[in-house]
Formats: sequence, C-alpha cells, structure tokens
Amino acid sequence: MKNKMQRFRLKIPSVTENLHLIRDFIIKIADNAGFNIENQEKIALAVDEACTNVIKHAYRFDSRRLIDIAIQTDAKKIKITITDKGGGFDINKIKDPDIKKYVKEARHGGLGIYLIKTLMDEVQYEFNPGVKNQVQLTKFKEGYKAV
Amino acid sequence: MENFEVAREDRAGISILRLKGFLDAHTAPQFEQAIQQLISEARYRIIVSMADLYYISSAGLGVFMGFIEEIREKEGDIKLSNMSDKVYKVFDLLGFPALYHIFKEEAEAEREYNEK
Repeated sequence: MKNKMQRFRLKIPSVTENLHLIRDFIIKIADNAGFNIENQEKIALAVDEACTNVIKHAYRFDSRRLIDIAIQTDAKKIKITITDKGGGFDINKIKDPDIKKYVKEARHGGLGIYLIKTLMDEVQYEFNPGVKNQVQLTKFKEGYKAV
Repeated sequence: MENFEVAREDRAGISILRLKGFLDAHTAPQFEQAIQQLISEARYRIIVSMADLYYISSAGLGVFMGFIEEIREKEGDIKLSNMSDKVYKVFDLLGFPALYHIFKEEAEAEREYNEK
C-alpha cells in the first residue's frame, strides 16, 4: 500500500476551528504513506501554516468559503496542494523573517511562510488573486532526495 | 472542542502561565488575552511553562513576539520553561532562543527573577 500512488481530498470551511481536523487528517495520511513521526508533524505544521494564511489573508475569516486540500502520496513523497479563490497575497515577495526587528515592532505575524519553507522540501506558489491561488508543498520520504 | 488551556498562578511578583494542549491560530487569542490581562495588572515578570503543550504554530509564537518588547520596557520579561523537544524545535527554527530565556524547569526561571 505504501508504494502505490494514492490521492485524497479535503474541502473544509475556512475557519480556524478546523485547523485541528486538518492536522489530524494530514498526519494520518502521512503515517499511512510511511513517514516517520517527526516528518508527519513537520508536514502537518506546514499545512496548518498554509491554511492559516488562507483563512486570515485570502478569505479574511469568511466561514462560508472552503479551503481545498488535495494530497497525493507515492513511494517517494507526499505532495499537498492547497487552493483558494480569495484575495491572497504574493508569497514570493515575502522576505525571511528578522525576529529581532519583529520584536521591536511588536509584530504578531510574518513567520508562517518561512516555517513552511523550512519544514518542506519543495514549495511552489501560483498567485492569481480572486481567481485561484495555489501553494504546493512536497516532502520526500527519508532516503529519497529531492531531484 | 476545547483543546487548549491557560492556567495562571501568581507567586509574589511572578506570574506563571501554564499552557496545555494545542496552540494554533484558533487558540492563540486565548493565550494573548492571558498575557494582556497580566500587562493590565502591571504584572510583567512572567514565566510561560509548557510541559503540557503538545503543539505550537507560528500564531502561538507571534504572541510571544508581540508583547516581549513592551514587557521588557517595564523591566519585566517572558521567560520560557518546560518545553518538549518538539515544541522547542519550532522556537529554534525561527531563532527564538537568541531572544528569549529558555529554562528546563519553572524553578530555574523563578530563581533568575528572584536573583535580580
């Protein structure tokens, strides 16, 4: 089962209450696909961060909107595609965080994107506000390097 | 479903916030409120103890980041203790250990306040 390509899909209301469910869903699938616990948790945290961005920035806490999470697993990797049709923002323009500066400015946010990049092996964005914004997160299994 | 709790204990001039459960964008406002309450009571010597905290996302880290400067300006601090390895790794990934005092046990953090 662990070598077969499998696809999963979760469409879930864009509310922070659901972050817990999203993480549980991701952890179960990553476990099933053969990732160790440490990596299951890294993947779940990255997906939490990406979904939090959708809830806050793309859909601005509008609970009628849906976050679309598509997952593909195979022998080597897990690939998670998170899609929204909201306002969004160009993630490519976000700089790596400077914690010292953020502390001085009493900022509360700005850490999520950097965490996602650190936790995953590959991160790709497509940015088309109001039409379709998509972030694609890939993590390779232990022993498989990103090509 | 309640998956996060903040318990507060005041010991003389020090307040300990014990976090339990999952700290994410949903539960971070609860933690933020607890910190704001301490600030409104002018209790600036804070220890955040995380023995029972199983999960933290950047929304939780943002709470630490958002208030530390204000608290330090008042001669206070937010000292951190009892983190699991898993929670510590997230703090570490973002460079927090360079800016926050992190202790293994609450008592060590308390001692540091009392020595000053």
